[in-house]
This record gives sequence, structure tokens and C-alpha cells, in this order.
Amino acid sequence: MTRAEFTRRESRWFWALLLLLGLVALTGFAAAHYMEEQGHIVTGMNNRIVWGLPHVFAIFMIVAASGALNVASIGSVFGKPEYKARAPLSGLLCIALLAGGLAVLMLDLGRPERIVVAATHYNFTSVFAWNVFLYSGMFAIVAVYLWTLMERRMNVHSGRVGLAAFVWRIVLTTGTGAIFAFLVARQAYGSALLPPLFIVMSFAWGLAFFLVIQSAVYAWNGGTLPPDVLRRMRNLLGLFIASVLYMTAVQHLTNAYFARQVAFEQFILFTGGIYPVLFWVGYVAAGSVAPLILLYHPRLGGAAAVLAASLLTIAGAFALLYVFIIGGQAWPLEIFPGYSASSSFGDGQITAYAPRLPELLLGMGGIGVALLIIVIGLRVLPFAPDDGLIAAGAATGGGA
Amino acid sequence: MSGIDHARRQILAWGAAMAGVTLAPGVTLFQLAQGRPPAEPASKAVRWGMLVDANRCASDCDACVTACDKENGLSGARTPTSAQWIRKVTLTDLRGGPAKSAPVMCQHCAEPPCVDVCPTGASFKRADGIVLVDRHTCIGCRYCVMACPYQARSFVHEPVTDQKPEVPRGKGCVESCTLCVHRIDRDRIPACVEACAATGHKAILFGNLNDPASEISQRIAQFPTTALRPDLRLDPSVRYQGL
Repeated sequence: MTRAEFTRRESRWFWALLLLLGLVALTGFAAAHYMEEQGHIVTGMNNRIVWGLPHVFAIFMIVAASGALNVASIGSVFGKPEYKARAPLSGLLCIALLAGGLAVLMLDLGRPERIVVAATHYNFTSVFAWNVFLYSGMFAIVAVYLWTLMERRMNVHSGRVGLAAFVWRIVLTTGTGAIFAFLVARQAYGSALLPPLFIVMSFAWGLAFFLVIQSAVYAWNGGTLPPDVLRRMRNLLGLFIASVLYMTAVQHLTNAYFARQVAFEQFILFTGGIYPVLFWVGYVAAGSVAPLILLYHPRLGGAAAVLAASLLTIAGAFALLYVFIIGGQAWPLEIFPGYSASSSFGDGQITAYAPRLPELLLGMGGIGVALLIIVIGLRVLPFAPDDGLIAAGAATGGGA
Repeated sequence: MSGIDHARRQILAWGAAMAGVTLAPGVTLFQLAQGRPPAEPASKAVRWGMLVDANRCASDCDACVTACDKENGLSGARTPTSAQWIRKVTLTDLRGGPAKSAPVMCQHCAEPPCVDVCPTGASFKRADGIVLVDRHTCIGCRYCVMACPYQARSFVHEPVTDQKPEVPRGKGCVESCTLCVHRIDRDRIPACVEACAATGHKAILFGNLNDPASEISQRIAQFPTTALRPDLRLDPSVRYQGL
């Protein structure tokens, strides 16, 4: 099919895409309904691994949501015009990913119909309760931010609102990391390194997701990303990927330094079956080293390489989260130091977990919801990057 | 007016006598049982606790577990998804020595992490130290299961049938040992303690930790006992002897 033909049929393609994403989202809702009717017995989760595949999807989307907003922050807070042209798309992705992630998180609850209870009963010592405010506040701030970006009369306020959104998103990701950081009794978690690690992860994953959507938007409209913009965003992604790798290494090295944590580190990094494979092959090799080569190899680094690197970064993110969330729970709690323990409730045993179809469909449904919001948003409002404006803005000395 | 209505007086007298006869046994029984009146809240003066003696706990006995299942209407299944409020743990000292055995249940911490992390406040600690889950406000997020250092909580994975009226349960909520609060409030001891005593092992002692004269307080004062994971400083109400 030629470009001209595609343009002629573009409307039909849009509706087909919408239908496809709608079906993915609907299947997710159907899976959640099935889980609610039957109970979590139809998932692979159990009393030892209580957070499963849905949490991998949800936490990826929530972490990536705050990171996706970085593109806008770099434009508004740090005054880079190339990024400012991408700020509306960045805000849209943030809202979409947050909505998708929260949908999965809520639909995976044992009693999802009690969401009103969660919205009316707060225990302020709970990080989850803080996050209810952080997440709903994020929607509000980003909505106002988008208004200041897209309504010309409000443009003057975009810097200040952008700064507020930037601060809020840092706090939000800190809150997401703190969910795990406050679990004192679990060897995989309970580390003050986790909030900063989550912030760095959000930078990399959010930008990777942004670059994938940006590539799709340019491909759909038959445009090409300006080489200068491509180079800048490529370098930034590389820096973020390397930072996550570094922070992950520090997290495991500090853990391995404590004698009581050595057995756990051996399990998660070397002897734990699927978890070391996902960590080394999925996250380190495919999700970090390969993207870095694609981005920085002298003969690579073009638009296709950046897209491939972004997709690999996202795949690596899922591998890392699977290891972190599920592998971390698979390791038994040390309730009786100095003893080897066994019981009918899995004491002293490594817990097996195999995700089942309903949880996978629920997670995919969340991605479907996020993409649906993005596709509709791009169709009805001018969220797509406008490089023409940038050129004009740069010529007149404005644009920041 | 001299006409005192004697007939009416008599009816009133009979009525009062009838009421007395009806209420007296209940009042007397209530006094005998020394139960806490339903309207009176749990008191901080009391802190219910248990002392588990691993030296007395027989490795081949699970009377406490089966008693708990029966009392609370649990299925008794031993799968990774079934609710187990109390479990027998077999312990082998890594430096050698004979294997030991001890029941583990909710430790009813004075500083319970499950209560700290619960977003809706469904996990709560009663004034008398019993940690419970309000089944009306639990949304089933399982954060408390993640936070509990003792793996004491179970998530209800399936619809539940044949529930005990005094122990409401529900699919999609988290639950754990209630210290048989429904029995304690009627001045009865928890089912596991009663069953253990019936076997003659007497490995679980129940009592008021705040009363220095209680047997449990005396035993704790007299013998070396420990809490599980004392490093976490959660001050559990369940203590262990012989570990």
C-alpha cells in the first residue's frame, strides 16, 4: 500500500485500531470480572505470592507514567524547546499510563467493588493511602499542566505548573518505591535505595514508552523525527538505561554485603531458576546492554535503532519487575533465624508461581486502556509533536 | 379516693416477679461467666497473650490446628491458596540437635506492621491487644500479607461456605487468627489453647500479660522466653519458650 492510499483510508485504519484496543481493554475487564466471581483461585497467586503478574503490569505503567512526563518537564522546567514541542504528548502519556496502571491495580483487588471504601477510609500511616492522594493529585496537576500548555492564554503559567508537576511526579515515584521500601521483614525489599531506584527506572521506562509512541505517531503521519531531536532523545535514553543498571547493581551489591542477605542474593541472581534467567538475559542483556549498543554503536543509532532500543528497554523493565516483585516474594520469610523450618504453609520453602491467563489478560487490558486513551487523545486534540512551531519559535527567539 | 385498685397492683407485682424470674438466670450466668458486657469496649487494662512452649509441643500433634479450623469454619485444606490461621512449624537447629515443633499464628504485635500499611484502616488493633481485620472495610489489596513478618495472614481465594455465625469470612478479604475473640469476650480461652490442654501437652498458655499475677506473666518472668523476630521490635503478644 502506498502512502497516498494509506492517507485515503486513514480514517478506516483509525477505527480498526480503536476497535482492536477496545477489544484488548474489554477482554481485560472480562478477565477481572471472572477473577472477581471465582476468586483469585483462578490466578497463579497464592498466600505466599500475593502480588502477581497484574502488579508487574500495574507498577510498570505507574512508574512509566511519571517518567513519561519528564519530556514535558525538560521543556518547561529546564527550558529546552525541542522538548517543549513534545510536552502535550508527554502529559497525555502520563495520564494514559497512570489510568491503565491504576485500572489494573484496582481490578486486581480482592473486593474491587469496595473502591468507594478506599476513597472514603484513610489510614495515614499507610503508603497506599498516601498514594491514593498522590495518584489522584497527579491526574489533576497534569490536567492543569496540559491546559496551560495547550491554551495560548494560559501559556504564561506553564513554567510554574510544570515545576509543580515535576516535583509531584518525583514524590509520586518515591511513594511507589516506598510501598516496597517499608516492608521491613522481607529480604528482597525494605531498602532505602528503592525510592531513588524507582525514580531512575521511571526516567528510563517513561522515556522509552514515549519514544515508542512518538515513533508510531510519526510513522502514522508519514513524518520523520528531526535528526537533532532524535540524537538528543537517544542520548538521554542511553543515560537513563545506564543509570538504572548502575542503581540496580548498587542495590544488589549492598544487599550481598550483609551476611544475612547472601542466600537471598544467590537465589535471585544465580540459583533461583526463572528469576536469574529473567534478570541476566531479560533485564541485563536484552533490556539494558542491547539497547545501549543500539543507541551508541557508531553504525547504529538511527530512528529504527532507537525504536528497537526503546522496545527492548520496556521488555527489560517487565523482566526486572517480575524478578523484583514475584522473585522477591518467592523467597521465604526468615521467621526463625538459626533454624531450618518447614510447615504446611510453605515455611522455609521457595514458593512456586505460574501466571495464569486471567491475570495476563487483566494486565494486557491495562495496556489497552492506556493506548486507547492515547489514540483517542491524539485524534481529538493537538497532542502530536509540532516541529513546525518549534522552528518558528526558535527563529523568533521564543519557544522556551 | 379510697378505692385503691388492688387488682391492678397485683398485676404489676406479678409482672415484676415474672420479669425477675426471666432475667435473673441470665444475670446470674453472666456474673458467673464474668464476660464483658457487649456494650462495654475492650479495655487497655488487659493485654491478651500466649506463651508457646516448644519443649512441650509434640511434633506429631496438630490438635491446635484442627481445633482452629473447626472453631472458625476453615476448610482444613493445606494448599498454598487455603486459609491457615495457625500452622505447625517443624524446626531443625542448623547447628544440630533434635527437631522442635511449634505452632505459629498471628503474633498480635503491639506495633503491628499490618495495621500500619492497611490503606483503609481495616486492619486494626483492639485496646486489649488483639489484632483483627474489619471484613467490611478490607478491600483485598494484600499489602498486610506483604508486611506481616510472620506470614500469619491468609487471603480468601475462593467463595466460602458453611461459615460460623460468630466468625464471618468472605472471598476477596484477608484474614488471620483472631485469638478467638468471640470466645475471649465470653470469658472462654482460644480453641487452640483448649485443644492443646485436652491432649495433655499444655504447650500453649493463654492469659493477661498486663496482670503480673497471671500464670503467663509469672512464667515469662521466671523462664527465658523470646518473641519471633525480636530484632524487628514489634512486641508480639505471643511468646515462645524453648526456642
